[in-house]
Amino acid sequence: MTDPVSKELLGEGLAAEALVVHLGGRAVVDHVDLALRPGEVTAIVGPNGAGKSTLMSCLAGLRRSERGAVNLGGRPIAALDDRERARRVGYLPQTPEIAWRLDVHTFVRLGRTAHTGLFGEGASDAAAVDRALESTAMTAFAERDITTLSGGERARALIARALAGEPTWLLADEPLTGLDLGHQLDAADLLRRIAQGGVGVVVTLHDLSFAARTADRIVVMAEGRILADGSPIEALSPDVLKRAYAVNARWVTGVSGPLLDIVGRDV
Amino acid sequence: MRPAHAGWALNLGLLSLLVALAALAVIAGRVWTPIDHLGGADDTRWLIITQLRIPRTLLGILVGAALGLSGATLQGYTRNALADPGVLGVSSMAALGAVLTLYFNLAGASPWWLPTFAIGGAAIGVVLLVLVAGPIGEAVSFLLAGVILSSIASAGVALALSLAPNPWASSEITTWLMGSLADRSIVDVRLAAPLIIVGGAILLATARSLDALTLGEIGARSLGISLRRTQLMIALGVGLACGAAVAVTGVIGFVGLIVPHLVRWLIGGRPSGLLVPSALAGANLLLAADILVRVIPGANEVHVGVVMAALGAPFFLVLLIVQRRRLA
Repeated sequence: MTDPVSKELLGEGLAAEALVVHLGGRAVVDHVDLALRPGEVTAIVGPNGAGKSTLMSCLAGLRRSERGAVNLGGRPIAALDDRERARRVGYLPQTPEIAWRLDVHTFVRLGRTAHTGLFGEGASDAAAVDRALESTAMTAFAERDITTLSGGERARALIARALAGEPTWLLADEPLTGLDLGHQLDAADLLRRIAQGGVGVVVTLHDLSFAARTADRIVVMAEGRILADGSPIEALSPDVLKRAYAVNARWVTGVSGPLLDIVGRDV
Repeated sequence: MRPAHAGWALNLGLLSLLVALAALAVIAGRVWTPIDHLGGADDTRWLIITQLRIPRTLLGILVGAALGLSGATLQGYTRNALADPGVLGVSSMAALGAVLTLYFNLAGASPWWLPTFAIGGAAIGVVLLVLVAGPIGEAVSFLLAGVILSSIASAGVALALSLAPNPWASSEITTWLMGSLADRSIVDVRLAAPLIIVGGAILLATARSLDALTLGEIGARSLGISLRRTQLMIALGVGLACGAAVAVTGVIGFVGLIVPHLVRWLIGGRPSGLLVPSALAGANLLLAADILVRVIPGANEVHVGVVMAALGAPFFLVLLIVQRRRLA
Protein backbone atom coordinates (compact mmCIF):
# COMPACT_ATOMS: atom_id res chain seq x y z
CA MET A 1 0.00 0.00 0.00
CA THR A 2 1.21 3.47 -0.83
CA ASP A 3 1.40 5.80 2.09
CA PRO A 4 -1.35 8.45 1.59
CA VAL A 5 1.00 11.32 2.50
CA SER A 6 3.59 10.45 -0.13
CA LYS A 7 0.81 9.89 -2.62
CA GLU A 8 -0.41 13.40 -1.93
CA LEU A 9 3.10 14.75 -2.47
CA LEU A 10 3.38 12.99 -5.79
CA GLY A 11 0.29 14.65 -7.19
CA GLU A 12 -3.15 13.64 -8.32
CA GLY A 13 -4.21 10.19 -9.45
CA LEU A 14 -5.74 9.35 -12.81
CA ALA A 15 -8.21 6.49 -12.89
CA ALA A 16 -10.64 4.81 -15.23
CA GLU A 17 -13.70 3.27 -13.63
CA ALA A 18 -15.83 0.70 -15.44
CA LEU A 19 -15.07 2.44 -18.73
CA VAL A 20 -16.98 1.29 -21.82
CA VAL A 21 -16.51 2.62 -25.39
CA HIS A 22 -18.12 1.13 -28.49
CA LEU A 23 -16.83 1.80 -32.00
CA GLY A 24 -18.68 0.37 -34.98
CA GLY A 25 -20.84 -1.78 -32.73
CA ARG A 26 -17.81 -3.38 -31.06
CA ALA A 27 -16.74 -2.82 -27.46
CA VAL A 28 -13.30 -1.31 -28.02
CA VAL A 29 -12.94 -0.56 -24.32
CA ASP A 30 -14.89 -3.06 -22.29
CA HIS A 31 -15.38 -2.37 -18.57
CA VAL A 32 -11.87 -1.15 -17.90
CA ASP A 33 -10.85 -0.30 -14.34
CA LEU A 34 -7.42 1.21 -14.04
CA ALA A 35 -5.92 3.38 -11.30
CA LEU A 36 -2.72 5.05 -12.49
CA ARG A 37 -0.08 6.37 -10.14
CA PRO A 38 1.88 9.57 -10.62
CA GLY A 39 5.67 9.41 -10.56
CA GLU A 40 5.90 6.17 -12.53
CA VAL A 41 5.90 5.06 -16.14
CA THR A 42 2.93 2.88 -17.03
CA ALA A 43 3.04 1.14 -20.40
CA ILE A 44 -0.17 -0.07 -21.99
CA VAL A 45 0.58 -2.90 -24.40
CA GLY A 46 -1.50 -5.29 -26.45
CA PRO A 47 -2.13 -6.49 -29.98
CA ASN A 48 -3.49 -4.22 -32.72
CA GLY A 49 -7.10 -3.31 -32.07
CA ALA A 50 -6.85 -4.06 -28.36
CA GLY A 51 -8.26 -0.63 -27.51
CA LYS A 52 -5.04 0.99 -26.27
CA SER A 53 -5.37 4.24 -28.20
CA THR A 54 -9.08 4.56 -27.41
CA LEU A 55 -8.32 4.07 -23.72
CA MET A 56 -5.55 6.66 -23.96
CA SER A 57 -7.80 9.27 -25.52
CA CYS A 58 -10.41 8.60 -22.80
CA LEU A 59 -7.74 8.99 -20.12
CA ALA A 60 -6.70 12.27 -21.77
CA GLY A 61 -10.30 13.49 -21.55
CA LEU A 62 -10.54 13.75 -25.35
CA ARG A 63 -13.12 11.03 -25.81
CA ARG A 64 -16.33 10.49 -23.90
CA SER A 65 -17.11 6.98 -22.76
CA GLU A 66 -20.62 5.53 -22.99
CA ARG A 67 -20.38 4.17 -19.48
CA GLY A 68 -18.00 4.63 -16.59
CA ALA A 69 -15.77 7.61 -16.01
CA VAL A 70 -12.22 8.86 -15.95
CA ASN A 71 -11.33 10.66 -12.75
CA LEU A 72 -8.47 13.10 -12.35
CA GLY A 73 -7.61 13.94 -8.76
CA GLY A 74 -10.89 12.33 -7.71
CA ARG A 75 -13.05 14.46 -10.02
CA PRO A 76 -14.55 13.33 -13.33
CA ILE A 77 -12.28 14.62 -16.11
CA ALA A 78 -15.39 15.28 -18.23
CA ALA A 79 -16.50 17.86 -15.66
CA LEU A 80 -13.30 19.86 -16.03
CA ASP A 81 -13.18 22.93 -18.21
CA ASP A 82 -11.17 22.30 -21.45
CA ARG A 83 -8.36 24.64 -20.46
CA GLU A 84 -8.15 23.29 -16.93
CA ARG A 85 -7.93 19.73 -18.25
CA ALA A 86 -5.29 20.72 -20.81
CA ARG A 87 -3.13 22.28 -18.10
CA ARG A 88 -3.11 19.05 -16.14
CA VAL A 89 -2.95 16.41 -18.86
CA GLY A 90 -0.41 16.57 -21.69
CA TYR A 91 -1.20 14.34 -24.64
CA LEU A 92 0.90 13.19 -27.58
CA PRO A 93 -1.28 11.64 -30.30
CA GLN A 94 -0.21 8.55 -32.21
CA THR A 95 0.30 10.44 -35.46
CA PRO A 96 1.40 13.93 -34.52
CA GLU A 97 0.46 16.57 -37.06
CA ILE A 98 2.51 19.71 -37.67
CA ALA A 99 0.69 21.72 -40.30
CA TRP A 100 3.10 24.63 -40.84
CA ARG A 101 6.83 25.12 -40.90
CA LEU A 102 7.67 26.49 -37.47
CA ASP A 103 10.92 26.91 -35.60
CA VAL A 104 11.29 24.57 -32.62
CA HIS A 105 10.91 27.39 -30.07
CA THR A 106 7.61 28.55 -31.58
CA PHE A 107 6.43 24.95 -31.75
CA VAL A 108 7.24 24.24 -28.10
CA ARG A 109 5.46 27.47 -27.10
CA LEU A 110 2.23 25.94 -28.41
CA GLY A 111 2.38 23.78 -25.28
CA ARG A 112 1.56 26.90 -23.25
CA THR A 113 -1.77 27.46 -25.05
CA ALA A 114 -3.92 26.54 -22.04
CA HIS A 115 -1.89 28.86 -19.78
CA THR A 116 -1.78 32.03 -21.84
CA GLY A 117 -4.46 34.68 -21.66
CA LEU A 118 -5.71 37.20 -24.16
CA PHE A 119 -2.56 39.30 -23.77
CA GLY A 120 -0.19 36.55 -24.81
CA GLU A 121 2.66 34.92 -23.01
CA GLY A 122 4.32 36.14 -19.85
CA ALA A 123 7.65 35.53 -18.14
CA SER A 124 6.45 32.29 -16.53
CA ASP A 125 5.48 30.95 -19.96
CA ALA A 126 8.89 31.78 -21.41
CA ALA A 127 10.59 30.13 -18.41
CA ALA A 128 8.48 26.96 -18.80
CA VAL A 129 9.37 26.78 -22.50
CA ASP A 130 13.07 27.19 -21.71
CA ARG A 131 12.90 24.44 -19.07
CA ALA A 132 11.10 22.11 -21.48
CA LEU A 133 13.73 22.72 -24.16
CA GLU A 134 16.51 22.16 -21.66
CA SER A 135 15.14 18.94 -20.16
CA THR A 136 14.77 17.44 -23.63
CA ALA A 137 18.20 18.69 -24.76
CA MET A 138 16.56 20.78 -27.48
CA THR A 139 17.86 24.24 -26.48
CA ALA A 140 20.48 24.16 -29.24
CA PHE A 141 17.76 23.38 -31.79
CA ALA A 142 15.43 26.21 -30.74
CA GLU A 143 15.87 28.21 -33.95
CA ARG A 144 15.73 25.20 -36.27
CA ASP A 145 12.79 24.58 -38.61
CA ILE A 146 10.93 21.63 -37.08
CA THR A 147 10.38 20.01 -40.47
CA THR A 148 14.15 19.68 -40.95
CA LEU A 149 14.76 17.72 -37.72
CA SER A 150 15.71 14.04 -37.65
CA GLY A 151 13.25 11.52 -36.20
CA GLY A 152 14.95 11.46 -32.80
CA GLU A 153 15.13 15.26 -32.55
CA ARG A 154 11.52 15.54 -33.64
CA ALA A 155 10.42 13.07 -30.96
CA ARG A 156 12.21 15.19 -28.35
CA ALA A 157 10.60 18.36 -29.71
CA LEU A 158 7.16 16.73 -29.43
CA ILE A 159 7.83 15.74 -25.82
CA ALA A 160 9.18 19.25 -25.10
CA ARG A 161 5.93 20.71 -26.45
CA ALA A 162 3.93 18.57 -24.02
CA LEU A 163 6.27 19.36 -21.11
CA ALA A 164 6.03 23.11 -21.74
CA GLY A 165 2.46 22.91 -20.44
CA GLU A 166 3.83 21.58 -17.13
CA PRO A 167 1.21 18.82 -16.93
CA THR A 168 0.85 16.48 -13.96
CA TRP A 169 0.14 13.68 -16.43
CA LEU A 170 1.86 12.95 -19.74
CA LEU A 171 0.02 10.56 -22.01
CA ALA A 172 1.93 9.49 -25.11
CA ASP A 173 0.44 7.18 -27.73
CA GLU A 174 3.30 5.18 -29.24
CA PRO A 175 6.01 7.78 -28.74
CA LEU A 176 8.80 5.43 -29.87
CA THR A 177 7.31 4.45 -33.24
CA GLY A 178 9.58 5.22 -36.15
CA LEU A 179 12.69 5.78 -34.02
CA ASP A 180 15.89 3.79 -34.44
CA LEU A 181 17.19 1.72 -31.52
CA GLY A 182 19.47 4.41 -30.09
CA HIS A 183 16.79 7.10 -30.24
CA GLN A 184 14.23 4.70 -28.74
CA LEU A 185 16.57 4.27 -25.79
CA ASP A 186 17.06 8.04 -25.48
CA ALA A 187 13.33 8.75 -25.63
CA ALA A 188 12.55 5.97 -23.14
CA ASP A 189 15.16 7.34 -20.72
CA LEU A 190 13.69 10.81 -21.13
CA LEU A 191 10.22 9.49 -20.25
CA ARG A 192 11.67 7.78 -17.16
CA ARG A 193 13.34 11.02 -16.05
CA ILE A 194 10.07 12.89 -16.53
CA ALA A 195 8.32 10.34 -14.29
CA GLN A 196 11.06 10.65 -11.68
CA GLY A 197 10.25 14.35 -11.59
CA GLY A 198 6.77 13.43 -10.27
CA VAL A 199 4.80 13.46 -13.52
CA GLY A 200 2.59 10.45 -14.21
CA VAL A 201 3.70 9.02 -17.55
CA VAL A 202 1.45 6.69 -19.52
CA VAL A 203 2.61 5.32 -22.86
CA THR A 204 1.32 2.77 -25.31
CA LEU A 205 4.10 0.65 -26.78
CA HIS A 206 4.37 -2.17 -29.28
CA ASP A 207 7.85 -3.38 -28.45
CA LEU A 208 7.46 -5.56 -25.35
CA SER A 209 11.19 -5.63 -24.56
CA PHE A 210 11.19 -1.85 -24.56
CA ALA A 211 8.05 -1.78 -22.50
CA ALA A 212 9.65 -4.12 -19.95
CA ARG A 213 12.80 -2.01 -19.91
CA THR A 214 11.08 1.37 -19.67
CA ALA A 215 7.96 0.91 -17.58
CA ASP A 216 7.49 0.48 -13.85
CA ARG A 217 4.15 -1.06 -14.53
CA ILE A 218 2.66 -2.78 -17.55
CA VAL A 219 -0.99 -3.11 -18.44
CA VAL A 220 -1.76 -5.76 -21.06
CA MET A 221 -4.94 -5.23 -23.06
CA ALA A 222 -6.72 -7.51 -25.49
CA GLU A 223 -10.15 -7.06 -27.04
CA GLY A 224 -10.90 -4.03 -24.93
CA ARG A 225 -10.21 -5.71 -21.61
CA ILE A 226 -7.29 -5.68 -19.25
CA LEU A 227 -5.64 -9.11 -19.25
CA ALA A 228 -2.84 -8.36 -16.84
CA ASP A 229 -1.58 -5.45 -14.77
CA GLY A 230 1.61 -5.36 -12.73
CA SER A 231 5.38 -5.23 -12.88
CA PRO A 232 6.84 -6.18 -16.29
CA ILE A 233 7.68 -9.73 -15.23
CA GLU A 234 4.27 -10.28 -13.65
CA ALA A 235 2.25 -8.72 -16.44
CA LEU A 236 4.13 -10.17 -19.38
CA SER A 237 3.96 -13.76 -18.17
CA PRO A 238 4.12 -16.53 -20.82
CA ASP A 239 0.48 -17.28 -20.17
CA VAL A 240 -0.65 -13.68 -20.69
CA LEU A 241 1.41 -13.34 -23.86
CA LYS A 242 -0.12 -16.51 -25.22
CA ARG A 243 -3.62 -15.21 -24.56
CA ALA A 244 -3.02 -11.67 -25.77
CA TYR A 245 -0.79 -12.21 -28.80
CA ALA A 246 -0.98 -15.96 -29.44
CA VAL A 247 2.81 -16.21 -29.19
CA ASN A 248 5.07 -18.40 -27.12
CA ALA A 249 7.56 -16.43 -25.05
CA ARG A 250 9.55 -16.84 -21.87
CA TRP A 251 11.72 -14.74 -19.63
CA VAL A 252 15.47 -15.46 -19.71
CA THR A 253 18.26 -13.83 -17.76
CA GLY A 254 20.24 -11.38 -19.87
CA VAL A 255 23.24 -9.16 -19.12
CA SER A 256 21.07 -6.13 -18.33
CA GLY A 257 18.41 -8.09 -16.45
CA PRO A 258 15.43 -10.27 -17.43
CA LEU A 259 14.86 -10.51 -21.18
CA LEU A 260 11.80 -11.58 -23.06
CA ASP A 261 12.66 -14.41 -25.43
CA ILE A 262 10.01 -14.67 -28.15
CA VAL A 263 9.98 -18.34 -29.15
CA GLY A 264 7.40 -18.13 -31.91
CA ARG A 265 3.77 -18.12 -32.92
CA ASP A 266 1.49 -20.23 -30.76
CA VAL A 267 -0.10 -22.63 -33.20
CA MET B 1 15.19 38.17 -36.42
CA ARG B 2 12.69 36.35 -34.16
CA PRO B 3 9.26 35.97 -35.82
CA ALA B 4 7.63 38.37 -33.33
CA HIS B 5 10.05 41.18 -34.22
CA ALA B 6 9.78 40.41 -37.90
CA GLY B 7 6.00 40.65 -37.54
CA TRP B 8 6.15 44.12 -36.00
CA ALA B 9 8.59 45.31 -38.65
CA LEU B 10 6.36 43.94 -41.39
CA ASN B 11 3.24 45.56 -39.91
CA LEU B 12 5.00 48.91 -39.73
CA GLY B 13 6.21 48.58 -43.32
CA LEU B 14 2.77 47.57 -44.57
CA LEU B 15 1.11 50.42 -42.68
CA SER B 16 3.50 52.97 -44.19
CA LEU B 17 2.89 51.54 -47.65
CA LEU B 18 -0.86 51.70 -47.03
CA VAL B 19 -0.67 55.40 -46.12
CA ALA B 20 1.32 56.11 -49.31
CA LEU B 21 -1.05 54.07 -51.49
CA ALA B 22 -4.11 55.73 -49.91
CA ALA B 23 -2.67 59.15 -50.75
CA LEU B 24 -1.97 58.01 -54.30
CA ALA B 25 -5.47 56.49 -54.57
CA VAL B 26 -6.99 59.90 -53.77
CA ILE B 27 -5.08 61.75 -56.47
CA ALA B 28 -4.75 59.07 -59.18
CA GLY B 29 -7.32 58.35 -61.89
CA ARG B 30 -8.73 59.61 -65.18
CA VAL B 31 -8.78 63.08 -63.63
CA TRP B 32 -5.41 63.59 -62.01
CA THR B 33 -5.93 65.68 -58.86
CA PRO B 34 -2.63 66.68 -57.26
CA ILE B 35 -3.59 68.38 -53.99
CA ASP B 36 -1.30 71.44 -54.44
CA HIS B 37 -2.86 72.24 -57.83
CA LEU B 38 -6.42 72.31 -56.58
CA GLY B 39 -8.30 75.56 -56.55
CA GLY B 40 -10.70 76.83 -53.90
CA ALA B 41 -13.91 75.25 -52.72
CA ASP B 42 -15.53 75.86 -56.11
CA ASP B 43 -13.00 73.65 -57.91
CA THR B 44 -15.15 70.72 -59.13
CA ARG B 45 -12.25 68.35 -58.64
CA TRP B 46 -12.88 68.57 -54.90
CA LEU B 47 -16.17 66.83 -55.58
CA ILE B 48 -14.32 63.98 -57.27
CA ILE B 49 -12.07 63.65 -54.22
CA THR B 50 -14.70 63.85 -51.49
CA GLN B 51 -17.60 62.14 -53.23
CA LEU B 52 -15.73 59.43 -55.15
CA ARG B 53 -12.07 58.98 -54.38
CA ILE B 54 -12.14 59.06 -50.57
CA PRO B 55 -15.05 56.59 -50.22
CA ARG B 56 -13.43 54.40 -52.88
CA THR B 57 -10.10 54.44 -51.04
CA LEU B 58 -11.72 53.69 -47.69
CA LEU B 59 -13.67 50.82 -49.22
CA GLY B 60 -10.53 49.46 -50.87
CA ILE B 61 -8.81 49.40 -47.48
CA LEU B 62 -11.78 47.85 -45.66
CA VAL B 63 -12.58 45.21 -48.28
CA GLY B 64 -8.94 44.31 -48.90
CA ALA B 65 -8.36 43.93 -45.15
CA ALA B 66 -11.53 41.84 -44.75
CA LEU B 67 -10.51 39.50 -47.58
CA GLY B 68 -6.87 39.20 -46.48
CA LEU B 69 -7.81 38.53 -42.86
CA SER B 70 -10.53 36.03 -43.83
CA GLY B 71 -8.09 34.18 -46.08
CA ALA B 72 -5.42 33.96 -43.37
CA THR B 73 -7.98 32.72 -40.82
CA LEU B 74 -9.47 30.12 -43.14
CA GLN B 75 -6.04 28.83 -44.15
CA GLY B 76 -5.12 28.51 -40.48
CA TYR B 77 -8.40 26.84 -39.60
CA THR B 78 -8.36 24.31 -42.44
CA ARG B 79 -4.55 23.93 -42.33
CA ASN B 80 -4.77 24.22 -46.07
CA ALA B 81 -2.83 26.88 -47.90
CA LEU B 82 -5.39 26.82 -50.73
CA ALA B 83 -8.37 27.89 -48.56
CA ASP B 84 -10.02 31.24 -49.23
CA PRO B 85 -13.44 32.86 -48.57
CA GLY B 86 -14.39 31.91 -52.12
CA VAL B 87 -13.59 28.25 -51.48
CA LEU B 88 -15.95 28.10 -48.50
CA GLY B 89 -18.78 29.50 -50.59
CA VAL B 90 -19.44 32.54 -48.41
CA SER B 91 -18.62 35.00 -51.22
CA SER B 92 -20.75 33.08 -53.71
CA MET B 93 -23.68 33.02 -51.31
CA ALA B 94 -23.38 36.77 -50.80
CA ALA B 95 -23.29 37.18 -54.57
CA LEU B 96 -26.40 35.03 -54.92
CA GLY B 97 -28.21 37.28 -52.46
CA ALA B 98 -27.24 40.33 -54.49
CA VAL B 99 -28.19 38.72 -57.81
CA LEU B 100 -31.63 37.87 -56.47
CA THR B 101 -32.33 41.55 -55.77
CA LEU B 102 -31.44 42.30 -59.38
CA TYR B 103 -33.52 39.40 -60.64
CA PHE B 104 -36.59 40.49 -58.69
CA ASN B 105 -35.85 44.07 -59.67
CA LEU B 106 -35.78 45.10 -56.03
CA ALA B 107 -32.53 47.00 -56.37
CA GLY B 108 -34.28 49.93 -58.02
CA ALA B 109 -36.84 50.24 -55.21
CA SER B 110 -34.29 51.09 -52.53
CA PRO B 111 -30.48 51.19 -52.50
CA TRP B 112 -30.58 49.15 -49.28
CA TRP B 113 -32.05 46.01 -50.81
CA LEU B 114 -28.90 44.86 -52.56
CA PRO B 115 -26.49 45.11 -49.61
CA THR B 116 -29.10 43.67 -47.26
CA PHE B 117 -29.64 40.65 -49.48
CA ALA B 118 -25.90 40.16 -49.98
CA ILE B 119 -25.29 40.16 -46.23
CA GLY B 120 -28.31 37.90 -45.77
CA GLY B 121 -26.87 35.55 -48.40
CA ALA B 122 -23.53 35.45 -46.62
CA ALA B 123 -25.21 34.88 -43.25
CA ILE B 124 -27.36 32.05 -44.62
CA GLY B 125 -24.24 30.66 -46.27
CA VAL B 126 -22.43 30.66 -42.93
CA VAL B 127 -25.33 28.96 -41.14
CA LEU B 128 -25.58 26.30 -43.89
CA LEU B 129 -21.83 25.81 -43.72
CA VAL B 130 -21.98 25.04 -40.01
CA LEU B 131 -25.04 22.82 -40.44
CA VAL B 132 -23.58 20.82 -43.34
CA ALA B 133 -20.13 20.56 -41.73
CA GLY B 134 -21.79 18.83 -38.80
CA PRO B 135 -21.13 18.72 -35.09
CA ILE B 136 -17.67 17.12 -35.33
CA GLY B 137 -16.25 20.28 -36.80
CA GLU B 138 -13.50 18.65 -38.84
CA ALA B 139 -11.66 20.88 -41.29
CA VAL B 140 -12.32 18.54 -44.19
CA SER B 141 -16.08 18.55 -43.65
CA PHE B 142 -15.97 22.35 -43.34
CA LEU B 143 -14.18 22.60 -46.71
CA LEU B 144 -16.51 20.11 -48.39
CA ALA B 145 -19.50 22.04 -47.11
CA GLY B 146 -17.95 25.13 -48.69
CA VAL B 147 -17.56 23.42 -52.05
CA ILE B 148 -21.20 22.33 -51.96
CA LEU B 149 -22.35 25.83 -51.04
CA SER B 150 -20.25 27.35 -53.80
CA SER B 151 -21.79 25.04 -56.37
CA ILE B 152 -25.34 25.74 -55.22
CA ALA B 153 -24.75 29.50 -55.17
CA SER B 154 -23.10 29.49 -58.60
CA ALA B 155 -26.00 27.49 -60.00
CA GLY B 156 -28.40 30.00 -58.44
CA VAL B 157 -26.52 32.91 -59.98
CA ALA B 158 -26.54 31.20 -63.42
CA LEU B 159 -30.25 30.50 -63.10
CA ALA B 160 -31.02 34.10 -62.22
CA LEU B 161 -28.88 35.20 -65.18
CA SER B 162 -30.74 32.97 -67.62
CA LEU B 163 -34.18 33.99 -66.37
CA ALA B 164 -33.42 37.69 -66.02
CA PRO B 165 -36.65 39.60 -66.75
CA ASN B 166 -35.14 42.65 -68.46
CA PRO B 167 -32.45 43.05 -71.11
CA TRP B 168 -30.16 44.93 -68.72
CA ALA B 169 -30.39 42.50 -65.82
CA SER B 170 -27.84 40.11 -67.32
CA SER B 171 -25.30 42.84 -67.81
CA GLU B 172 -26.06 44.27 -64.38
CA ILE B 173 -25.51 40.89 -62.79
CA THR B 174 -22.32 40.27 -64.74
CA THR B 175 -21.00 43.71 -63.92
CA TRP B 176 -21.82 43.21 -60.27
CA LEU B 177 -20.24 39.75 -60.04
CA MET B 178 -16.92 41.04 -61.34
CA GLY B 179 -16.17 43.06 -58.26
CA SER B 180 -15.34 46.71 -58.53
CA LEU B 181 -14.70 49.71 -56.29
CA ALA B 182 -15.88 52.20 -58.90
CA ASP B 183 -18.66 54.70 -58.16
CA ARG B 184 -19.13 53.68 -54.54
CA SER B 185 -20.27 56.32 -52.08
CA ILE B 186 -19.84 57.08 -48.41
CA VAL B 187 -23.15 55.22 -47.87
CA ASP B 188 -21.38 52.00 -48.84
CA VAL B 189 -18.52 52.80 -46.46
CA ARG B 190 -20.97 53.44 -43.59
CA LEU B 191 -22.69 50.17 -44.30
CA ALA B 192 -19.61 47.98 -44.64
CA ALA B 193 -17.26 49.47 -42.05
CA PRO B 194 -19.00 48.39 -38.82
CA LEU B 195 -19.70 44.89 -40.13
CA ILE B 196 -16.15 44.39 -41.36
CA ILE B 197 -14.73 45.74 -38.09
CA VAL B 198 -16.90 43.47 -35.92
CA GLY B 199 -16.18 40.47 -38.18
CA GLY B 200 -12.47 41.26 -38.14
CA ALA B 201 -12.40 41.52 -34.34
CA ILE B 202 -14.06 38.09 -34.05
CA LEU B 203 -11.50 36.63 -36.44
CA LEU B 204 -8.58 38.15 -34.51
CA ALA B 205 -9.93 36.52 -31.35
CA THR B 206 -9.41 33.06 -32.92
CA ALA B 207 -5.62 33.60 -33.07
CA ARG B 208 -4.74 31.22 -30.25
CA SER B 209 -7.03 28.48 -31.56
CA LEU B 210 -5.49 28.77 -35.01
CA ASP B 211 -2.01 28.33 -33.54
CA ALA B 212 -3.13 25.27 -31.59
CA LEU B 213 -4.68 23.80 -34.75
CA THR B 214 -1.14 23.56 -36.15
CA LEU B 215 -1.09 20.30 -34.16
CA GLY B 216 -4.24 19.04 -35.89
CA GLU B 217 -7.69 18.78 -34.41
CA ILE B 218 -6.83 16.23 -31.73
CA GLY B 219 -3.70 18.18 -30.86
CA ALA B 220 -5.68 21.41 -30.56
CA ARG B 221 -8.28 19.76 -28.35
CA SER B 222 -5.55 18.36 -26.12
CA LEU B 223 -4.37 21.96 -25.68
CA GLY B 224 -7.83 22.91 -24.38
CA ILE B 225 -9.26 24.43 -27.57
CA SER B 226 -12.97 23.98 -28.27
CA LEU B 227 -13.26 23.15 -31.96
CA ARG B 228 -16.98 23.92 -32.04
CA ARG B 229 -16.52 27.41 -30.67
CA THR B 230 -13.62 28.07 -33.02
CA GLN B 231 -15.68 26.94 -36.00
CA LEU B 232 -18.58 29.12 -34.96
CA MET B 233 -16.40 32.19 -34.46
CA ILE B 234 -14.72 31.72 -37.82
CA ALA B 235 -18.03 31.21 -39.60
CA LEU B 236 -19.47 34.32 -37.95
CA GLY B 237 -16.38 36.47 -38.48
CA VAL B 238 -15.89 35.46 -42.10
CA GLY B 239 -19.63 35.78 -42.75
CA LEU B 240 -19.74 39.35 -41.46
CA ALA B 241 -16.48 40.54 -43.00
CA CYS B 242 -16.89 38.87 -46.40
CA GLY B 243 -20.65 39.37 -46.58
CA ALA B 244 -20.22 43.09 -46.07
CA ALA B 245 -17.30 43.21 -48.50
CA VAL B 246 -19.18 41.40 -51.29
CA ALA B 247 -22.26 43.52 -50.60
CA VAL B 248 -20.50 46.75 -51.45
CA THR B 249 -17.96 45.71 -54.09
CA GLY B 250 -19.09 42.42 -55.57
CA VAL B 251 -16.97 39.29 -55.66
CA ILE B 252 -13.26 40.04 -55.65
CA GLY B 253 -11.34 36.80 -55.57
CA PHE B 254 -7.85 35.70 -54.70
CA VAL B 255 -6.91 38.46 -52.21
CA GLY B 256 -7.46 35.99 -49.36
CA LEU B 257 -5.43 33.38 -51.16
CA ILE B 258 -2.40 35.41 -52.27
CA VAL B 259 -1.82 37.59 -49.23
CA PRO B 260 -1.34 34.96 -46.47
CA HIS B 261 1.18 33.20 -48.70
CA LEU B 262 3.33 36.25 -49.16
CA VAL B 263 3.18 37.04 -45.45
CA ARG B 264 3.99 33.43 -44.47
CA TRP B 265 6.96 33.50 -46.77
CA LEU B 266 8.23 36.69 -45.08
CA ILE B 267 7.65 35.95 -41.38
CA GLY B 268 7.07 32.22 -40.99
CA GLY B 269 4.09 29.97 -40.59
CA ARG B 270 2.64 30.67 -37.13
CA PRO B 271 -1.04 31.28 -37.99
CA SER B 272 -1.66 33.96 -35.33
CA GLY B 273 1.28 35.97 -36.65
CA LEU B 274 -0.29 36.11 -40.11
CA LEU B 275 -3.60 37.73 -39.19
CA VAL B 276 -2.78 41.43 -38.82
CA PRO B 277 -0.14 41.49 -41.60
CA SER B 278 -2.58 39.70 -43.93
CA ALA B 279 -5.27 42.31 -43.24
CA LEU B 280 -2.78 45.13 -43.94
CA ALA B 281 -1.32 43.40 -47.00
CA GLY B 282 -4.82 42.67 -48.32
CA ALA B 283 -5.67 46.38 -48.06
CA ASN B 284 -2.45 47.26 -49.86
CA LEU B 285 -2.99 44.71 -52.61
CA LEU B 286 -6.56 45.75 -53.36
CA LEU B 287 -5.73 49.45 -53.23
CA ALA B 288 -2.76 48.97 -55.59
CA ALA B 289 -4.89 46.90 -57.99
CA ASP B 290 -7.60 49.57 -57.89
CA ILE B 291 -5.12 52.34 -58.69
CA LEU B 292 -3.91 50.19 -61.59
CA VAL B 293 -7.41 49.79 -63.10
CA ARG B 294 -7.94 53.55 -62.94
CA VAL B 295 -4.79 54.44 -64.82
CA ILE B 296 -4.98 51.67 -67.46
CA PRO B 297 -6.04 53.52 -70.64
CA GLY B 298 -9.24 52.30 -72.32
CA ALA B 299 -12.82 53.25 -73.11
CA ASN B 300 -14.19 51.51 -69.98
CA GLU B 301 -12.53 51.02 -66.65
CA VAL B 302 -11.43 47.40 -66.10
CA HIS B 303 -13.04 45.89 -62.99
CA VAL B 304 -10.63 45.33 -60.13
CA GLY B 305 -12.07 41.81 -59.78
CA VAL B 306 -10.74 41.08 -63.26
CA VAL B 307 -7.25 42.30 -62.36
CA MET B 308 -7.26 40.21 -59.17
CA ALA B 309 -8.35 37.14 -61.10
CA ALA B 310 -5.65 37.76 -63.69
CA LEU B 311 -3.07 37.93 -60.88
CA GLY B 312 -4.63 35.28 -58.67
CA ALA B 313 -5.38 32.46 -61.07
CA PRO B 314 -1.75 31.95 -62.20
CA PHE B 315 -0.71 32.27 -58.54
CA PHE B 316 -3.19 29.55 -57.60
CA LEU B 317 -1.84 27.34 -60.38
CA VAL B 318 1.76 27.75 -59.19
CA LEU B 319 0.69 26.94 -55.62
CA LEU B 320 -1.08 23.82 -56.76
CA ILE B 321 1.99 22.64 -58.69
CA VAL B 322 4.27 23.34 -55.70
CA GLN B 323 1.92 21.43 -53.37
CA ARG B 324 1.73 18.51 -55.77
CA ARG B 325 5.53 18.38 -55.98
CA ARG B 326 5.76 18.39 -52.21
CA LEU B 327 3.31 15.50 -51.99
CA ALA B 328 5.02 13.52 -54.78
